[in-house]
Amino acid sequence: MAKTETTPATEDKDIGVAGSQLSTAPAEDGGQAVPGSFGGVRRPGALGWLAWSGREAVGWVRWFWRQLTSMRVALILLFLLSLATIPGSLVPQTSVDAVKAENWKKAHETVASVYDKLGLFHVYTSVWFSAIYILLFTSLVGCIIPRTWQFVGQLRGRPPGAPKRLTRLPVHTTWHTEAEPEQVLAAARTLLKKRRFRTDASGDAVAAEKGYLREAGNLVFHIALIVMLLAFASGQLWKSEGQKLMVEGDKFSNTLTQYDDFKSGSLFTSDDLGPFGFTMDSFEGTYERTGPQRGTPRKYEAGVTYWDGADGAPKKATIKVNEPLETAGSKVYLIGHGYAPVVTVRDGKGEIAFRGAVASLPLDANVTESTVIKVPDTRDKDGNKTQLGFKGLFVPTQVPEMPMVSKFPALDNPRLVLTAYRGSLGIDSGLPQSVYQLDVSKMKQYKNGKRPFAQNLKVGDTMTLPDGAGTLKFEGIKPWATFQVSQQPGNSMALVGAVAALVGVAGSLFIQRRRVWVRAVRGADGRTVVEMAGLGRSESAKLPEEIGDLAGALQPDAPPVAPEEPTESAQPEDSADPSEGARA
Amino acid sequence: MTSIAAAANENLANISNVLIYSAMAVYTLAFLAHIAEWVFGSRSAVGRTAAALTVEAQAPAAAAKAAQGGGTAVLERPKVVTRSAVGSRDIPDGPGAAGTSEKGDVYGRIAISLTVLAFLLHAGAVLTRALSVERAPWGNMYEFSTTFGMVVVAVYLGLLVAKKNVRWLGLPLTTTILLDLGLALSVLYTDSDQLVPALHSYWLWIHVSCAILSGAALWVGACSTLMYLIRDGYEARLVIGRTGAGLDRYLAELPQDRKYARLKAKIARGTDNPVSRLPAAATLDKFAYRINATVFPLWTFTIVAGAIWAEAAWGRYWGWDPKEVWSFITWVAYACYLHARATAGWKGRKAAYIALAAFACYIFNYYGVNIFVTGKHSYAGV
Ligand code: HEM
Repeated sequence: MAKTETTPATEDKDIGVAGSQLSTAPAEDGGQAVPGSFGGVRRPGALGWLAWSGREAVGWVRWFWRQLTSMRVALILLFLLSLATIPGSLVPQTSVDAVKAENWKKAHETVASVYDKLGLFHVYTSVWFSAIYILLFTSLVGCIIPRTWQFVGQLRGRPPGAPKRLTRLPVHTTWHTEAEPEQVLAAARTLLKKRRFRTDASGDAVAAEKGYLREAGNLVFHIALIVMLLAFASGQLWKSEGQKLMVEGDKFSNTLTQYDDFKSGSLFTSDDLGPFGFTMDSFEGTYERTGPQRGTPRKYEAGVTYWDGADGAPKKATIKVNEPLETAGSKVYLIGHGYAPVVTVRDGKGEIAFRGAVASLPLDANVTESTVIKVPDTRDKDGNKTQLGFKGLFVPTQVPEMPMVSKFPALDNPRLVLTAYRGSLGIDSGLPQSVYQLDVSKMKQYKNGKRPFAQNLKVGDTMTLPDGAGTLKFEGIKPWATFQVSQQPGNSMALVGAVAALVGVAGSLFIQRRRVWVRAVRGADGRTVVEMAGLGRSESAKLPEEIGDLAGALQPDAPPVAPEEPTESAQPEDSADPSEGARA
Repeated sequence: MTSIAAAANENLANISNVLIYSAMAVYTLAFLAHIAEWVFGSRSAVGRTAAALTVEAQAPAAAAKAAQGGGTAVLERPKVVTRSAVGSRDIPDGPGAAGTSEKGDVYGRIAISLTVLAFLLHAGAVLTRALSVERAPWGNMYEFSTTFGMVVVAVYLGLLVAKKNVRWLGLPLTTTILLDLGLALSVLYTDSDQLVPALHSYWLWIHVSCAILSGAALWVGACSTLMYLIRDGYEARLVIGRTGAGLDRYLAELPQDRKYARLKAKIARGTDNPVSRLPAAATLDKFAYRINATVFPLWTFTIVAGAIWAEAAWGRYWGWDPKEVWSFITWVAYACYLHARATAGWKGRKAAYIALAAFACYIFNYYGVNIFVTGKHSYAGV
């Protein structure tokens, strides 16, 4: 067998120009560039040197650009991109989970400093990752523009003329007929046109081509990739994301100061916040009661009343885990929930010092919560100013054996276990303080004899502090929920890009671009020899079938007859070609 | 859920388990029948492909002669002659697992019938599991694995029904399915249960079903690629006469100290016979390409659907979660493969290696990420 892997896989010389531009892929540039390749002859003197350097520099820039926009480099860059994406999935990323990343750094101190230098905790914004995708997209742009021009040229041009010997093409058929060559060609042209080929007759042959949408689809796909990148980038720059904890009945309006926590892209300004607000009316959570997954959440939903600054009319809505509220260009997601015990604190004088719901911090999957109550404005029984602090746990389902841990996340047997302090809460110092933590460094714990004073309260119970310092009544429980308000411009642009990419890539991969030629000439026996051949990309499987089909459809106008002896067809010559195989 | 319904569901779950075990038993029989098919096939005409090589060259002339046979009689439809792409060898497809052995062929047919039966049991198992949990059967790794295996078999049977040349896939298929189900039952088993709220979304249906279908088809593509690499090596040796007796001669002449070369030659001698019955390298390569190229848009859609779901659930459509990262890597790797096929110097074996690496990424995204890395996608336990 003559043809082995060692034969270069270039287009066949028999096919020549007819096979060119079956796609708009850039030609491979095999030339080796070395210093001095582009400068040419250097004339003596400084001017000569300058001119030479100019030519050399321009040559190198063009060479570099050609390399960058070549298929080979695109392939290498794609490969690098996939490799560079990997570390971000193995090393915890600050942007994904800051706490986890911090913990990881603490646990692996020595490697962490090296990793930090390499940017491994923020891979997707690191210099090297950016370098790869920026090069790739530069290459992509540099590839799309010339390809688009080339494609437009192909659309405006005509299908390339028939190669000299159609029987050398990968798929071909031939027969003899009594019909005149002109008749056959005219019929062939009509037939091909009817099958929506673009046709062109020149000389003794008709050339036809179909499947241009393949190229169009491919270009749309690559352009859509750029659109998606831009959409993603603009989303990162202008996005904002804030969190707000709300107890049932609380009201929120969308301004910066209302948020507990707020993050935004570098180009975001607070004027970009959409004008809206909402009240949390209710919250409902249900949990699996039986089976191995007992306690797993099954349903979370928050009922809200919201108003959009545009018209201001209040509307009701339900926010679920997968169903955010969309209003005023923002989306409100439900992301967490817990319980807030409602308490009333009276001081030594019997005055109400505090009344309200205290959102507590969940500690585990069964919503054991840590509760902290700070009461700054109180007087003891003698009328002296002091401050009170309470600290403890809220347990939605308490069992007697383990009073400090919840056994189930629903409110089956809710209890509040508290101990109390007096002294200075430290909130006047001006330093910001967590509402979930009680700083007891300047406080004294109430004692019950030698042991700390503590009480296990159910709803309706009252805890009376020693020495008549005051009381705390556990009035009830309200649910709270945390909401995330996100604004991410570019979402719809990303969606449009994604849809375009999908349509484009489907077109690019499913549509076959192929050419068909039909030639009719008078043979030596006076009959007409019809030759029909097709050329597609090597992957196209349907081409032989299609040629058979076309030949069949052409035969009513060019009925085949056997040639008279001696034959003058191309066949005997072909059989000498060892690469010919009957695979029909 | 009332306790009566719960009991009914538990019953269904038990039926599902029984069906899975039965399916495994029948797959095992199919596996054995396939082995018999290959074994009998090896006793049929060996070296047929080598002989065919020389016959092949004369074929077009013969065909032309036949066509010109009958004087001036009107001819039937003209014969379409095709010739393989430039640079590929003109080696015809092998005769198939059973070779020319009729007995082998019978075993092959039995194997396929058994596979159909096992598939029905398998599908029943997946269905009852779905009914028992009252949702789509892919809420955890056990369910995903069993459903994935079922879809792989469905893709294979679908290709058979579409009269594609895929009978050679039977043995690798049954082997993989047995491994997959064995792993699912022994390591990944989880009792049936509901999903956490974040998994309630119809985008989950779309996203996961597309992911499973893509994976199943990609498995077929990867299998074909692997066979391509093996067959390609064989054909390269065939062309230089280093198979059969030629290989024995080569082995006899190889110096003893070239251990690696000798080992390779010995492996070749052991495997050439079955490999000669596979389809031609060019056929396998094209088949793999078509599968992968068909799946690429589907995989793209899978990722887009996942992004839409993530946007609804977590407020961002892309957040570099490990699962997202690995789907992206898989996607880029397959884009690499498609590019390689359009790049001079990268077609053939190099592109094939990329395709295998890309499939490895898909598999890692499933098993590796769920087991070694935790992210938002890790829900209802392993
Ligand atoms: C950056 C430079 C890039 C260049 C120069 C480039 C070039 C090309 C060309 C010329 C084709 C057509 C090949 C053919 O007709 O067979 C193509 C196809 C394709 N490209 Fe790109 N591309 C680039 C980037 C990308 C990127 C970033 C992706 C996506 C990850 C991508 C994905 C694809 C796909 C899926 C095809 C279809 C392959 C096929 O038709 O077989 N390309 N690319």
